[in-house]
Amino acid sequence: MALDRWIGLILLGIFAAYGYAAWFTMDGSLAPFMRRNPIWPSTFPKVLSVMGILVGLIIVLGLEKSNKPREENPSVIVYRQLREFKLGQAGLLLGLMVAYALMLRPAGFIIATVGFLVMGSVILGERRWVTMIVVAGIATGVVWYLVQVVLGIFLRPLPAFMGV
Amino acid sequence: MLEGILIGLQTAFSIQNLLMVIGGCLIGTFIGMLPGLGPMSIIAIMIPVAISLGDPSAALILLAGVYYGAIFGGSTSSILLNAPGVAGTVATSFDGYPMARDGKAGKALTIAAIASFCGGSIGAILLMIFAPMLSSVALLFHSAEYFALMVVGLSAIAAFAGTGQVAKAIMMTLLGLIMATVGEGALFNMPRFTMGLMDLQSGFAFITLAMAMFALPEALYLVMDPSRSKTGQSGDIKDLRITRDEAKSIAPVVGRQSLQGFFIGVLPGAGATIASFLGYAVERNIAPEKEKEQFGKGSIKGLAAPETANNAACTGSFVPLLTLGIPGSGTTAILLGALIALNVTPGPRLMVDDPQIFWAVIISMYIGNLVLLILNLPLIPYIAKILAVPRNFLIPFILFFTLMGAYIGQNNATELLLLVGFGICATILRFADYPLAPLLIGFILGGMLEDNFSRSMQLYDGISFIWERPMTLGLLVIAALLVILPSYRARRARARAAGIADGD
Repeated sequence: MALDRWIGLILLGIFAAYGYAAWFTMDGSLAPFMRRNPIWPSTFPKVLSVMGILVGLIIVLGLEKSNKPREENPSVIVYRQLREFKLGQAGLLLGLMVAYALMLRPAGFIIATVGFLVMGSVILGERRWVTMIVVAGIATGVVWYLVQVVLGIFLRPLPAFMGV
Repeated sequence: MLEGILIGLQTAFSIQNLLMVIGGCLIGTFIGMLPGLGPMSIIAIMIPVAISLGDPSAALILLAGVYYGAIFGGSTSSILLNAPGVAGTVATSFDGYPMARDGKAGKALTIAAIASFCGGSIGAILLMIFAPMLSSVALLFHSAEYFALMVVGLSAIAAFAGTGQVAKAIMMTLLGLIMATVGEGALFNMPRFTMGLMDLQSGFAFITLAMAMFALPEALYLVMDPSRSKTGQSGDIKDLRITRDEAKSIAPVVGRQSLQGFFIGVLPGAGATIASFLGYAVERNIAPEKEKEQFGKGSIKGLAAPETANNAACTGSFVPLLTLGIPGSGTTAILLGALIALNVTPGPRLMVDDPQIFWAVIISMYIGNLVLLILNLPLIPYIAKILAVPRNFLIPFILFFTLMGAYIGQNNATELLLLVGFGICATILRFADYPLAPLLIGFILGGMLEDNFSRSMQLYDGISFIWERPMTLGLLVIAALLVILPSYRARRARARAAGIADGD
């Protein structure tokens, strides 16, 4: 089964769970006077869940045929490409983004951002440390100035324990 | 209309808005040139800036300028590097890159700029004519028709997705719609599908989703596939002039493609990409035999056609956005999201309630096109230097800007985790060839779709509005046909092909 149909299966599962919530659990907490309304909070989701399950079945069962030969189907090509792809780097960068999200408040904008930009370049194979730190420092300063002063959105510059 | 144009001129020619157009075009060109960053990613990144301006006209003018600049920048990288940053400029590289290889990069850029200018300006004139007409019709619409119209828009987007893709596009639209139901809706004072999480109480943030759907997967693709971000020698760009004969030969192409591109752009779902490919194909087919051979080897007509068409289509895609409030493409969907964030609801009332926004945007389209032609073109040799930025520096910055965009919009670090999570999902969906624009369009239209649906249900005490209002019924039938026809035709074509094979 090609990747797109596996994903179709996952999406089908999402719609089934969504549908279950819409059909069976949501209406329980509905106030009695709202029950007389022609439209309930669950009406629209019910419609969507039925359509989603139908379309999901079409994808999973492969009812809609593509005119492209199998070899040209991008989701088939993916398996070949994946081996050439630098998945490790991408994964590390995503991890770095998560770390940034977690560090932004406690470490403050400046440390977190300079760290993010430098580490990002390092993951991609850059080793010119001085250039990296200078570039990251200048960029961080400029962005902080733009966001905090020009746009007026508060960004804590320094770590929490240093006040501000 | 004249009054409106005057108001528009007044607004668009204020110093602030002129700066917005110029700035937007320059930023758009600058970033649009970077391989792998399309207009959608750039606009998504620029939204927080635009929203914090606070003035809807200025914000929309800035974003529209960025949009044009990005398309122009994308053409530049297609021509110079054969690395189209956007699907809409792929056709540009067919003839643009061969010209650049022959040492005619300057000429190719000039033709691209002039063709874009003409396409955009003619498109803007058509927009001025058609948008008021359409919006006066749209004023007759009730919520039932709006509901039906949005269904038509959403199914058209799915129908244009291409053969074998219709189910996937519908799936993505539905996914967007169910994501829009998360959180507390306007009509019902109860949280839905939040799974008890406080962070989901107000629903998913549109900016986060836009970043995760477009900017992040692009950046991840750049990381995973280094060949996508080839930053080659752009060399010296000189000799920007074109001759009188060349101008004469591309003039009819530009004329035809402006019209064709504009009307393709108006259709929901069919945007700059389809317009540019179709424009290229049409011009190749009607060219004289001798010129036909030149296509693909550096034909100036082959370069002018897609360039004109894609810019005219970009302008055309503003028609449904401004008159009906229904975005026909990912880019206009993002613009719609930005407008809603600024408390402006695009639609037929926009022309009546906020004429200065409506007309200022249209006027600024002219200015934008002019800026691209007279300001950007001479600067191109310098702007092209950005192509030499090493990817080791470029990619962390792109990632950082997506993070900042999501953070500034919500001021919430949880949003960043959501961004990464959605970004991973979006990348996997792209691997599996699921289109992502329908998801975002579904997400943005979801709330309005449900509101209009609920309102009609309440007015008619049930779903009888579907058959009691002929226009609603008609629109819904069109929507159904749009979804069913492509797969029916594909099935018949396959059956016929199989029949021939059997006959042999």
